[in-house]
Amino acid sequence: MSEITGAQSLVRSLEAAGADNIFGIPGGAILPAYDPLMDSSIRHILVRHEQGAGHAAQGYAAATGRVGVCMATSGPGATNLVTPIADAYMDSVPLVAVTGQVGASMIGTDAFQEADIRGITMPITKHNFLVTDPADIPRTVAEAFYIASTGRPGPVLVDVAKSALQSMTSFQWPTEISLPGYRPVTKPHSKQIREAARLILESRKPVLYVGGGTIRAGASKELRVLAELTGMPVVTTLMALGAFPDSHPQHLGMPGMHGTVAAVAALQKSDLIISLGARFDDRVTGNLDSFAPHAKVIHADIDPAEIGKNRHADVPIVGDCREVISDLVVALQAEQDAGHTGDFEAWVGYLAGLKQRYPLGYEAPAEGLAPQYVIQRLSDIAGPDAIYTSGVGQHQMWAAHFVQYEKPRTWLNSGGLGTMGYSVPAAMGAKVGCPDTTVWSIDGDGCFQMTNQELATCAIEGIPIKVAVINNESLGMVRQWQTLFYNERYSNTNLQRHDGPVRIPDFVKLADAYGCVGLACDSADEVDATIEKAMEINDVPVVVDFRVHRDAMVWPMVAAGTSNDEIKYARDLAPEWEHDEL
Amino acid sequence: MSKHTLSVLVEDRPGVLTRIAGLFSRRGFNIESLAVGPTEHDGISRMTIVVNVEESPLEQVTKQLNKLVEVIKIVELDQAASVHRELVLVKVAATAETRGQVLDTVQLFRAKVVDVAPDAVTIQVTGNAGKIADFLRVVEPFGIRELVQSGMVAIGRGSRSISERNLRPVSVPAPTAATAG
Repeated sequence: MSEITGAQSLVRSLEAAGADNIFGIPGGAILPAYDPLMDSSIRHILVRHEQGAGHAAQGYAAATGRVGVCMATSGPGATNLVTPIADAYMDSVPLVAVTGQVGASMIGTDAFQEADIRGITMPITKHNFLVTDPADIPRTVAEAFYIASTGRPGPVLVDVAKSALQSMTSFQWPTEISLPGYRPVTKPHSKQIREAARLILESRKPVLYVGGGTIRAGASKELRVLAELTGMPVVTTLMALGAFPDSHPQHLGMPGMHGTVAAVAALQKSDLIISLGARFDDRVTGNLDSFAPHAKVIHADIDPAEIGKNRHADVPIVGDCREVISDLVVALQAEQDAGHTGDFEAWVGYLAGLKQRYPLGYEAPAEGLAPQYVIQRLSDIAGPDAIYTSGVGQHQMWAAHFVQYEKPRTWLNSGGLGTMGYSVPAAMGAKVGCPDTTVWSIDGDGCFQMTNQELATCAIEGIPIKVAVINNESLGMVRQWQTLFYNERYSNTNLQRHDGPVRIPDFVKLADAYGCVGLACDSADEVDATIEKAMEINDVPVVVDFRVHRDAMVWPMVAAGTSNDEIKYARDLAPEWEHDEL
Repeated sequence: MSKHTLSVLVEDRPGVLTRIAGLFSRRGFNIESLAVGPTEHDGISRMTIVVNVEESPLEQVTKQLNKLVEVIKIVELDQAASVHRELVLVKVAATAETRGQVLDTVQLFRAKVVDVAPDAVTIQVTGNAGKIADFLRVVEPFGIRELVQSGMVAIGRGSRSISERNLRPVSVPAPTAATAG
C-alpha cells in the first residue's frame, strides 16, 4: 500500500464517508488538508466567517437529511464554530466539524492559534475526537459520521493535529466500526406499543404532540397514517412544522409560548399526550407544574434520557420515531379490525370550535406595513415547495405562524439554542443541498446583521438564495417584552438612530455591494409585485428590505414562567373556556 | 437526599474523566467521591462514583452518562449487596505518653502503622465510610497533623462480574458514500 499524507488520508476519508459539500475557511493548522481538497470530488465552499460555515452545514443537513460538514482551522477558527455546534446539539442536527489543531508536540504550550477545542466542545457535542496519529484518521472520520447520523443525530467534532496531517501514513477505510458504549435502540419494545395502543383507545381527549424527531426520522408519512386512522388531533412543535400538513383538518398548529389557542388547549386539557420525538421543552410546557394536569403521557423518543426528564412518562417508548409510529399503526389497526376504536368525537369537536374561534390573526396597522402580511404573501407566492429558514425572534414566530408548511424539511430554524444569525447561512446550506428548490431566508434586521457577510459567499459561489428582511428597525422580540413587561422602556432595542432619516445600513445598498439584487418595499400594495420580482431573479441572491411597522407583536402569547392556562390571544384578551367541561 | 454508589465501566481514553466529571457538574450534581483504575480487561477502566441525590435526578444523570460514547456500562451498587472500601493515610501526633494509646487504637481498628517519627505515627486504615469516620473520631483528640483519603471503591458480592457481558465488540458497517445519511 502506498504512503500518503495524513491530509490526503483526511480528504479521502471524508470522500469515503459520503461528504460532497464542505463549508469552511482555511488557516495555519488545517492548511495541509486544503491542498488535497483542491483535487477532491468534494466541493468546498469558502465562507466569510466560520459561524457561517457551521450554520450552512446545519442548513444543508436539515434540508437533506444527510450529514453536514464544516471545516476550520485551530484556535479562533475552531472557537467560531462553537455557536453552530451548540445549535446543532440542541436541535439534533447531524454535523461533522473538522478542525485543525497545532502540532502534537505543541499541544498544551499555548502555541499560536491554540485552543483546546475538544475540551471546549465537550458539553455541546454528541462526541468529539482529537487525532494526533495519522493512522487513526480514517477510523475516526468513519466513527464521527456514524455517531453524527445515527441514534439521536448530533454534532461530532474531529480535531486533527497539524503534525498528523503532515506525516506519512497508509489509507484504509474501515469496513466496520466497533463502539462498545454506543448502541442506539431504534426498535421499540412491543409490550410498550401494546400498552400505548390500549391507553389511546381508553382515552377521551388524546393529542399527538409531534416534535422535531419525526422530521429527523423521516416519519411524516407514517404520522399521517396514524393520525387519519385514529382521528386524533395533532399539534406540531416549532421544530416539527411541516411534519404534518398545516392544511390538514386534524392539525391544530403549534403549541407553546406563541402557540395557537387550539394547540395549547389540546395539550393543556388533554387526558393523554402522545409525544413523538418531542422533549417537553419549557417553551412548550410553560410552567411545568401546571402543564396538562390531567394528562397521562406516552413518550416516544430515540434518546432514553429525554423520557421522564421534564414530565413523567406513563408509557416510555425508546425507539426511532418512524418505527414507533409504524408499530403503533399496526397495533391500532389490529384493534380497529377487532372492533375497538377510540371515542374522541366530543374532544375533536371542542378543539375544532377553538380553532375556529381563535384563529391566528393580526390587526392591520393604521399606517405602515404589517410584517405578518408580508410573510403570508410570501408563503402564498413561494408556495409549500420552497424551503424557509429564519433567525430568532418575532419574524421567526410569524414565519412559524403565517407560512403554510405542507412538507417536512421545508422549515429550518434555530429552536433550542435560539441563535440569532442562523437564517442566512442556513439558507445558503439548504440551497447547496437542494439547488433546484427556492430557498427563502426570512430574517429580522437584527439577525441579518449578525451573519449577512455570507451574502458574499452566495454571490461568488452561485448560491442564489432569497432573503426577506422583516425590518422593524429594532430587536423586535425584546422590544415586545419591554412593551409588555418593562413599562415601554426601550432599553437598547432600537437599531436605528433616534433622530435621522438615514437607514444604517441601507440593506438595498448593502445587497448591491455584495453583488446581490437589493429591493425595498414599505407598503402593502407593493408586497406582491416585490415578491414576484424576487422570485424571477434566479442567477444571483436577492435581498428584500421589507420596512414594516415596529409595534407589531407576536400573539398568542403565554408569558414566560406562567401556566399555559394564562394564554392571551391578543393583548389583555384571554380565550373564554366556556365549553370546558367535556 | 441519599448516597448512591455508581460503578461505571468506561473505555480507557484520554479525556474520559473530564467528560464524566463535566457531565456531573453541568447537570448540577456534586460528586462526593470518585476513584478510577484499571480493570480485568485491557483498555477498560472502572470508576466508582459516590453521589448524594434523590432517586429521580439520579436516574436522569445515569441516562445522561449512558449517552457518553465512551461509557460502556453503569451499575448502581446497593449498599447491602456490595463491599465498599476506602483508604486513609493519617499522621497522628504521638508523644511518649500518648504513643501507647495511639497504637492500641490502631490495633482495635485493625489499622496499620506505615511510618514512625519521634513525635508522630502515620497510620493506614481501610474500611467502609462508617469505620473510617469512627477511627478518625477516636484519634482526633491525639492531634491529626495531616490526612489524605482515597475515593471509595466498591464491588458487588457473589461470583458474578459486571463486566461479563457488554464488552463483546458489536460491529456495524462503516458509513460509505452510498449509505451515509
